[in-house]
Amino acid sequence: MITADTILIIDDEVQIRRLLEITLNLNSFKTLLASSAKEGIAVAASYNPSLILLDLGLPDDDGVSVLKKLREWYTNPVIILSVRNSEEDIIEALDSGANDYLTKPFRTGELLARIRTALRLTHDLGKSDSQLTFGSFTIDFAGHTARKNGILLKLTSTEFSLLSILAKNSGRVLTHQYLLKEVWGHGYLDQTQYLRVFVAQLRKKIEDDPAHPSLIITEPAIGYRFGE
Amino acid sequence: MDISDNRPDPDELLASLKLEEERSKRGKLKIFFGMCAGVGKTYTMLQTALAEKSKGFDVIIGYIETHNRKETADLAEGFELIPRKSYQYKSTAVYEMDLDAIIARKPQIVLVDELAHTNAPGSRHTKRFQDVLEILDNGINVYTTVNVQHLESRSDTVAQITGIIIRETLPDEIFENADEIEIIDLTPDELLQRLSDGKVYTPERSKEAIESFFRKGNITALREMALRIVADRVDKQLHEYMQLKRIRGPWKSGLHLLVAVSYTQQSAKLLRWAKNLSYTMGADLQAVYVETTHKLDPKESEQLNKNITLAGQLGIKFRFITSTDMVKAIVDFAQKENITHIIIGKPRVRNLLTLLRLGNFVNRLIRYSGNIDVYILGSDTKSTDKFKEKVSLPSFTSNISQYFSASLIVILIALICFSLKSFIGYQVVSFALLFVVSTLAFFFGTGPILLSATLSALIWDFFFIPPPYTLHVDKTEDMLMLIMFFIIALLSGVLTSRVRRQEKKIRIREERTNALYQLTRELSIATGIEGVINIAKNDIKKYFNLKSRILLKNDTNQLDYVSKDDTNIILSRNDMSVAEWTFQHSTKAGKHTDTLPSCDYTFYPLKGNQMNLGVIAIQQANVFTQGEEQFWEAFISQISGKFEREYLRNIAKQAYLLNESDKLYKTLFNSISHELRIPVATIMGASDSLLTLQHPEGIRRELSHEIFKASKRLNRLIENLLNMSRLESGRISPRLDWYDIHDLINKVTENLQDELKPFHLHVVIPDNMPFVKIDFGLMEQVLYNLIYNATQYASNSMSLRVKAFYENGITTLQVMDRGPGFPKKEISFIFNKFYRLEGSQAGGTGLGLSIVKGFVEALKGTVTVENRKNGGAIFTIKIPTETPEIDKIIL
Repeated sequence: MITADTILIIDDEVQIRRLLEITLNLNSFKTLLASSAKEGIAVAASYNPSLILLDLGLPDDDGVSVLKKLREWYTNPVIILSVRNSEEDIIEALDSGANDYLTKPFRTGELLARIRTALRLTHDLGKSDSQLTFGSFTIDFAGHTARKNGILLKLTSTEFSLLSILAKNSGRVLTHQYLLKEVWGHGYLDQTQYLRVFVAQLRKKIEDDPAHPSLIITEPAIGYRFGE
Repeated sequence: MDISDNRPDPDELLASLKLEEERSKRGKLKIFFGMCAGVGKTYTMLQTALAEKSKGFDVIIGYIETHNRKETADLAEGFELIPRKSYQYKSTAVYEMDLDAIIARKPQIVLVDELAHTNAPGSRHTKRFQDVLEILDNGINVYTTVNVQHLESRSDTVAQITGIIIRETLPDEIFENADEIEIIDLTPDELLQRLSDGKVYTPERSKEAIESFFRKGNITALREMALRIVADRVDKQLHEYMQLKRIRGPWKSGLHLLVAVSYTQQSAKLLRWAKNLSYTMGADLQAVYVETTHKLDPKESEQLNKNITLAGQLGIKFRFITSTDMVKAIVDFAQKENITHIIIGKPRVRNLLTLLRLGNFVNRLIRYSGNIDVYILGSDTKSTDKFKEKVSLPSFTSNISQYFSASLIVILIALICFSLKSFIGYQVVSFALLFVVSTLAFFFGTGPILLSATLSALIWDFFFIPPPYTLHVDKTEDMLMLIMFFIIALLSGVLTSRVRRQEKKIRIREERTNALYQLTRELSIATGIEGVINIAKNDIKKYFNLKSRILLKNDTNQLDYVSKDDTNIILSRNDMSVAEWTFQHSTKAGKHTDTLPSCDYTFYPLKGNQMNLGVIAIQQANVFTQGEEQFWEAFISQISGKFEREYLRNIAKQAYLLNESDKLYKTLFNSISHELRIPVATIMGASDSLLTLQHPEGIRRELSHEIFKASKRLNRLIENLLNMSRLESGRISPRLDWYDIHDLINKVTENLQDELKPFHLHVVIPDNMPFVKIDFGLMEQVLYNLIYNATQYASNSMSLRVKAFYENGITTLQVMDRGPGFPKKEISFIFNKFYRLEGSQAGGTGLGLSIVKGFVEALKGTVTVENRKNGGAIFTIKIPTETPEIDKIIL
């Protein structure tokens, strides 16, 4: 990595901005700061940052609408920062093109990990691997196969398509709606129990300890994330 | 010496205190009183007012009549004058005092001439004194003028002296309750001099006046009357003063008069006389009317109403009793009320029968009244006019069809008898006809019975008694039989119809009692204001056949027009102001009353024991009769009582809630302030130390760790407070979705990983555990609080167990520890808000478990706690949950 990634922080709380700035600078990211939606969009347009941290509770505009405006031209990752009990907003933001979310208060370690994953995903974009490996688990998209500890897994076609969508977007939160739409189609958007059943079946097949999953991670009330 | 004699009667004392208090709040009424027009009342009033004005009082003229007298008009110039308000009456404009403008202007003193004046139709009140009372109620002092002939109780006497009927009268009560009365006195000669000088009227009118009204004899009599009234008043004031100053006076107190009133004009006179008597005796007075089986004709009924109104105006309490025995009713009532004197009018003798009956009435009253004195007032000569007019027997109120059908039936029976004449003979026919007449009496009024009795006698005589087809009777025994037939038919008919009337009256009374009972019963089970409104309106519809609308007051003591009462009575702005007036003055108003009668509805106040609750509006075509009015009052007083109870209950509830939230606030404050301070102090101390001192790396890490721990603690507190407020606001609506219990437990244990580090956590979930539909956020919080609690309070043992299973539609979650468990006597309180175990360690708000309970209950579940057999506590949560139908899922 020759040039350091630039991260735009859009948040109206000066303390949060300070904290994020220090943390990110310490971890060799460059930072840009904006305290309102208007300023945020302007700065993003001028500098095209590698990643945007967007607070949902901005004073001058609704965070989701800021996100939609950004997404008209901005292709790099956006991570949402929000307060608790706003699952609906988070889902809306994710469906509107956010890559990930974090609820305040969050731990800085967690934030850095999310930022790195998101950046890696954009760097990897276009590489289109035909095969991905996560620990003892390997998935081969071209061959429609998956192996655990080298042993070929018996998967139904639905199981495989769910697994491949999750694995292709590893590190990223996929909402229930998105998964249902991609795997089952538009008529099944409310059938979260399908997802639960298939996720449980998949976990039994691919996880080391299905009771404590490390690959398919539940994001309560929002969706799933494929871990690494 | 008998001490008790000198001690003031507590009732009297209370009454005098009340009077004193009432007076201090209201405006004061000063009356300039004179024997007749022209003595200079208005002039004196203006002079007095001028003196007050020069002392700095705010004095204005509300209404004044100068009668073009120059001195008076000049004097009036010096005051601010409220312009009169015009009313359109029969195409001419009439001008009256502008009551609202006076009240809005709110001076200290207002001058209002001629208190006995009758207002033009369309004004708020029919009489000016009512306007004045309203002004006084608003705390404004009033100066006014009155002539002696206008006093209600003197109007008869004045009419006798002068021969002029006085139409504009003033209730004595108003006069008696005036705060100050100033008599304007002139000798008759002086007055006549003034008249002939043209100081009172124009010369032509003066001449005319001197010849008619202002004769010296008249003036002298009126003057004597005026002076006597004032003297009496001074006497009475002395009594009141002594009572006010708690002095037992030499007057004969404790006298209670009762005047028995009937439906005659004579009773009006009787009332006035009794009033005068009670005034001079210093006794209190009530009036009573006994409703018997006698059916009142419209005229009598009207006179009775007049008498009752008069009694009200004279300030006499009026009572209404229903009984068949007048004497017994009066005596019973008198004994119950501790009456000392009964006053009755001398009965008018119409004929022999009434003489016997009425003589009997007086005799019986005297005999049964025992130690009660009986006064009998002579009747006046006027009643002789009525003698002839009233000779006819009971009233004929039956309609034509009744007469017609009665005659028809008699003729029909006669025809049948006629056809059977040859078999039964003519004598039996008399029995048949007699039977018919007696039977008819059950269905028809007295008139038709008299007719059928006469008709059947004539038919019998003409068609049956030999010689037939003549009215002539041959045999003496037939003649005797005919006479006897007539008398028996008459008596049985009249008696039966009388019994019927009595029965009807009793039935009406029973119906009313029953209706009241029904109402009470229905009201007693009604809950909520709306419930009471519905029952009230239904019952008013049922028993009175009236549409009604109930307006209740709101918390700010205003009538609430947007009440939930959805009737088809729609109130105009004008109606609303009448309603407002009724509510403020707690007196009925609107149609059929003296106040604002032009309104379409009649408004009655809903009076409770302690407060006015509101107003009820009814649309009635006819005025209530006395009996109906009484029934109505009883009816609405029941309703008002219920409204009052509901109202008070609401107030009590609010007070209770307020008290509770106050308590909550205090506890919250005490507990939260401590809980907030500790972590804040830690953060401040540690960060300050980091900022100012050079610490070795190890110490720095430790301080940072403390800051982190303190922030987590703060965060937890905020979570709990937010959750508590969600619970308090009652706005928790669970968002249910399918979840894997593993996910739930993993998430909670992940969040609690630091706290759980020293423990060995054992999670038990059966393999066949289905997905369950739960609110993840709420359940996470519940489980978090339970496990967190276990890590805090069961730290002596290193084992924790979390168990989940599903059975028959119920998901069970259990958190078990091996800590000390809970003391038996406290175990039932641990879910209470802010409850903390005795001697529990520092930290904690007592919110955690109450949130657990609240959330679980929001999910329609239960949470219980027990001590485990081998030590420790076990929390069990049971939540009804759906499970998915797996078969349906396309695999």
